[in-house]
Amino acid sequence: MRYVVGIDLGSTTTKAVVLAEDGTPLGRGITNSRSNYDLACQVALTEALIHTRFALVTRALEAQGIEHGRALALIGDLERLFRREQYRGQAAVLARVTGEVVGRFGVEGSRPAAERILAEMDAEADRLFAPGASRKSDFFRDLAGSRWHALAEVEARKTGEGFDVLVALFDKAILEVENTPWGEGTFELFVRAAMKDALGVAAGDAAALERAVADAVSVSLEKIAGVGTGYGRARLPFPKECIRSEILCHGLGAHAMFPNTRTVLDIGGQDTKAIQVDEHGIVTSFQMNDRCAAGCGRYLGYIADEMDLGLHELGPLAQTSSRTVRINSTCTVFAGAELRERISLGEKREDILSGLHRAIILRAMSLLARSGGVHDEFTFTGGVARNPAAVDALRTLVQENYGSLTLNISADSIYTGALGAALFALREAKGHAPAPVAGEVAA
Amino acid sequence: MTTATPAARPAAEKDSSQVRQKEMIANHFTRLSHAPDTGEKCVYTYVPGNLTELLRAFDVLPVLPEINALQSGMRGKSRDYIMLAEKQGHSEDVCAYVKSDIGMQATGNVGPTGERLPGPDLLLLSYTGCFTFLKWFELLRERYKCPTVMLHVPYQAEGVITDSMRKYVVDQIKEKLIPELERLTGRKYDEDRLKENLARSAKAEDDLVAVLESAKNVPSPIDSWFGGVYYIGPIFTAFRGTQEAVEYYRALRAEVDERVRLGKGPVTPDGDLDKERYRVVVEGPPPWTHFRELWKMFSDEGAVVVASTYTKVGGVYDLGFRHDPSRPLESLADYCMGCYTNLNLPTRVDMIAKYVKDYRADGFMINSVKSCKSFSAGQLMILREVEKRTGKPGGFIESDLVDPRYFSAANVKNRLESYFQMIEQKRAGKEAS
Repeated sequence: MRYVVGIDLGSTTTKAVVLAEDGTPLGRGITNSRSNYDLACQVALTEALIHTRFALVTRALEAQGIEHGRALALIGDLERLFRREQYRGQAAVLARVTGEVVGRFGVEGSRPAAERILAEMDAEADRLFAPGASRKSDFFRDLAGSRWHALAEVEARKTGEGFDVLVALFDKAILEVENTPWGEGTFELFVRAAMKDALGVAAGDAAALERAVADAVSVSLEKIAGVGTGYGRARLPFPKECIRSEILCHGLGAHAMFPNTRTVLDIGGQDTKAIQVDEHGIVTSFQMNDRCAAGCGRYLGYIADEMDLGLHELGPLAQTSSRTVRINSTCTVFAGAELRERISLGEKREDILSGLHRAIILRAMSLLARSGGVHDEFTFTGGVARNPAAVDALRTLVQENYGSLTLNISADSIYTGALGAALFALREAKGHAPAPVAGEVAA
Repeated sequence: MTTATPAARPAAEKDSSQVRQKEMIANHFTRLSHAPDTGEKCVYTYVPGNLTELLRAFDVLPVLPEINALQSGMRGKSRDYIMLAEKQGHSEDVCAYVKSDIGMQATGNVGPTGERLPGPDLLLLSYTGCFTFLKWFELLRERYKCPTVMLHVPYQAEGVITDSMRKYVVDQIKEKLIPELERLTGRKYDEDRLKENLARSAKAEDDLVAVLESAKNVPSPIDSWFGGVYYIGPIFTAFRGTQEAVEYYRALRAEVDERVRLGKGPVTPDGDLDKERYRVVVEGPPPWTHFRELWKMFSDEGAVVVASTYTKVGGVYDLGFRHDPSRPLESLADYCMGCYTNLNLPTRVDMIAKYVKDYRADGFMINSVKSCKSFSAGQLMILREVEKRTGKPGGFIESDLVDPRYFSAANVKNRLESYFQMIEQKRAGKEAS
């Protein structure tokens, strides 16, 4: 099976979207960005191909007459168990690397404690991936990190083992674990491990599932084109002509998700983009934030750290506010100072947070105005589009300034840039003519 | 704007006009550095509205502080100068040209060629479109305790120069400036000498316009912004009205004509550009501290600036203005009021829209600099209006004149790449439909 891929190498996460030759979406993958860009892309692509294989399993199930809802349920269980095995696989690498790090740094005294933590993590995997269990992140670094910290605290309390030493061990080891690629065959490796339990859960459909997985594994996937985008695009493992600006990719991706889109707002980790597109998804004008990252995702990350909250908790907490505090600082660092001052003055956390969300969106409103305003339909993308308080603030301010219009937010908005890149790759694959030189196209 | 730094162009590609210009400017700075010994008088004045023909008629030498500042920017000196000025109490928001100059003066007033510049015998302000200029000279007056002439030059609020505006400026030249120059030099005003200078100016101006308009060719033989700043050097500064300028522009024009004949593209930091992919009009001054870096970002993409407004800050000659010996002081007054940043916004929009059309540009780009409000105010309105009128996409980048802290290469490159790809995508879309 031939496919094209679009990769969006962002400052926080790297995303990949895989499309079939006919443009059908097949799969998507995401990983945390890391200093090794090539590897971040490789991991995102591997994840997208895993997702693609699951799509193929679903197809193969349906081909055997399993109805759609049932197929999805089977896939849901299979994927959950797959992730558990993948977690275990990565934890095993973590165990090996941690052992090496202990030796390298001569902290043999900490080896037993580290081994107890690792054993506990392996034992916890069943619970962590039990049906209905919620996980704070899908990235191994986050999942393992939070468990390691919690277990290291227990160790430190119980045995007097140095907490700092244990945390330092993890910090050293995880870098190496993240830089150990799995690559080809990842799906096959973990799906086989997952099948034992999956077949049990599948009950009467076990034979169909087994056949479907065997079919999906046997498909050979062949990449025919790839386009990269994002902040690290200059370092993407693609030739220069296969690299597109993320502005164009977000414009085209948003158009693909919502064809009536005319204005796109993308708030990512370190930049905010206001983009106007025409009826074909072609960018007609754009504005980006200047050298300052206030008003971007990082601002929220900083605030979350200041408040000792998870990034995902900010929005919902802000939504409980009944009185929005006016935040004056437009600078990330100053906003931190203002935040502490407000708290010391007895303001409620949710009211301050509500004000901070509004402050971010006000900056975006200014960029939108500079790019030519907000036109119907308006599509909001990027990591911050997942934050419900940011969405509320945007909705209110757009209504106040531009009247009522359709606001589109896709649950998959984080993949918008990668989708746009994949669509460009599709055009490349279809052999689109080389760009004309200036002057050949008359006005 | 004046000398080409050795790094700015590869030696192999240096045209003879380039060599000649470098010599002219080096000689001028040497002459300035000897002025305290030779007794030649020096007047500090600015590029917009400079009255060089009149000064030269009195054998007075001009010194242009903003040129020294941009040279400091190109030579990597402005950062330290600016920080020194800030240490002295100048705010972060003060124009970086001013702070660079203040820092340079405070460290011995050593100019772009490494020679010490003389202090001013007179400060002459003949353009008031920039309020900062006025404050800048107030600072220099404090330092040098020298005489100051500040002419009030009306803004073209209605888009035209009226007779009464002209008379208002001519009267000030007659009543304030000429007597001061007579006092300074001990000579009588000689209108015939002024007229001879003006006649030479007009000749050089004709040739400059021909050079700038050569960019209407496809491919363009010149880059009108990165290259253009070299071309305007002599005429915008100390040389207007001199025989040297006449000869320089004649030679430059011949060189450019030859490039057209050979179908050559413009010179870039990496030699001749082989393939012109994008033709753009640029509004705003360049970021001098990253001049070469930005130029390379353009030329790497095959982008050529075919017309720019910055090359009109010392006179909008291509729209018809010429210094005129038959009406000497009147044409000087018109010159003071006619430079680019003294035009109102509708006129600027008209001009850019006309450039986009006449030069067959794919779009236009604004470089908005933090320092210069005369340039930056209204640029977003200009962007929207020109887009609307021409149907061509406008791009927007932000930087500063000579404060390197305001140039973010990654950010600028990102915007430029997006902008050029946007043009590309529009072409592809047009072909498909």
